[in-house]
Amino acid sequence: MSRIERFLPRRHLTPVSPDATPAQDDAPVSLGIDEAPAIVVEDLCKKYRTHWAVDDVNFNVPKGWTVGLLGGNGAGKTTTIAMIMGLVVPSFGRAMVLGHDMATERHKVLSRMNFESPYVALPGRLTVRQNLTVFGRLYGVANLKARIEELIEDFGLGDVLDRVTGRLSAGQKTRVAVAKALINDPDVLLLDEPTASLDPDRAEWVRGRLRAYQKRRGATILLSSHNMTEVEQLCDFVVIMSQGRIVAMGRPGELAERFKCRDLDEVFIYLARVA
Amino acid sequence: MTQSLNRIAAMTARYYYILRSSWLRLLEIVYWPAMQMMVWGFLYTYLYQSKSAMASTAGLLLGAVLLWDVLFRGQLGFTFTFLEEFWSRNLANLMMSPLQPFELAASLMLMSLIRLVIGTLPVTLLTLLLFGFNVYAMGPGLIAFFLNLVLTSWAIGLVVAGLVIRQGLGAESLAYSIMIVLLPLCCVYYPVEALPLWLHPVAWSLTPTYVFEGMRAVLLDGTFRTDLMIECLALNAVYLGVGFATFVALLQSARHKGGLLTMGE
Repeated sequence: MSRIERFLPRRHLTPVSPDATPAQDDAPVSLGIDEAPAIVVEDLCKKYRTHWAVDDVNFNVPKGWTVGLLGGNGAGKTTTIAMIMGLVVPSFGRAMVLGHDMATERHKVLSRMNFESPYVALPGRLTVRQNLTVFGRLYGVANLKARIEELIEDFGLGDVLDRVTGRLSAGQKTRVAVAKALINDPDVLLLDEPTASLDPDRAEWVRGRLRAYQKRRGATILLSSHNMTEVEQLCDFVVIMSQGRIVAMGRPGELAERFKCRDLDEVFIYLARVA
Repeated sequence: MTQSLNRIAAMTARYYYILRSSWLRLLEIVYWPAMQMMVWGFLYTYLYQSKSAMASTAGLLLGAVLLWDVLFRGQLGFTFTFLEEFWSRNLANLMMSPLQPFELAASLMLMSLIRLVIGTLPVTLLTLLLFGFNVYAMGPGLIAFFLNLVLTSWAIGLVVAGLVIRQGLGAESLAYSIMIVLLPLCCVYYPVEALPLWLHPVAWSLTPTYVFEGMRAVLLDGTFRTDLMIECLALNAVYLGVGFATFVALLQSARHKGGLLTMGE
């Protein structure tokens, strides 16, 4: 394999099954929105040694949309989100947010983004108030005190505000993490399994807050989740990945219809087995 | 510029909150230098009272121990403050925020300085009270020694922090061990002449050598070697630049390798 070939997306090296990858060989998929997309993912690839963690992924997220990135463990969702955040540099292709290439120009746009992931923790020895204050100042939030008060009210954090974050329950930590993710009123919000550790009641409550935020702010949300009910409730559009590649994309209802399944859960299981 | 300063202040506040949250942490900062000083202080007292040929140079020993501690604790303060981000799995939050690498480095430097003052100041007073050795008698030279050692500790701290980002917590032990490499080469307890001739260029390429030679000049001859301190400062400027460039390069390399996602061993 030549030096150049090693950095080509795998689709150039191996045949792709048209059944398994309906949107794979297309250029970035147009969703019929005229406005410039908030997130553009173009020929995105990431290779670790000999393994393609993400392999030729293309999709756009229009401004104000909530898009779900789905897939089983090791499907490449987290690496894709990490490249969109600029935490990982692609081997090939690019991820652009609000018109900026995240591999080279991320600092121009980071103040307008935020993210939440259960795999990344807030400093456990700081109180909730201290954490929100530190991140608010990092994001340059104007009128920070008032913003923190808003978040305390929205997320019911009043009773834990002066408690050490590391000693909160998993559900309380998630609420604090989501509050941190909204501290700067982000235009683009990346959520990695935002309700992973919450009971159904709290999970629904957080989803309600995210919906309200999205509606109020018109923010663009890209979220990964294993909870298909959550995806159906929150997402306008869904991208399903398997083994680093996109195997299906569409509106949740359309996908179920296309794959002759009852719901997205069945689509997910079907694609996980077929792809 | 204002936003940059605000972010540096936010990060310094974040580290200060951690320090403030546990009196044990505060105690630990003073504990190790104090215990070390006790051991060397009693040796100093023994030598001083022994009327041996070593008696006249006993003060050098305590001065060297104190200044070596500035270098060692300065680097530990920098690196350990940074390691907090790994231990709390918070690095990705910071890397996703508008915080720039130089702002993170600046806040780590500030925190290293704060920890150094907390750890060193009581020990210098303890040395004066228990052993009658007044490090402040070195006069304004002490400021030059302190400044140069702190700059060196930051340069090394930047490289170690970069290696931890690149290699994960497997590189954590470097925080403790890296300075020991310098100990025999930068002539803390003996003059450069004590080294074999072929090691002289190596010793003079290390900034602490200038400080310890300068300290001996003050304590033995009563002269402050401005030339040594200026050369040391110039060399430190280079090392600090190299340290920061290495930190940024290793951070960039971790972004290619995907290390910022895993953040473990």
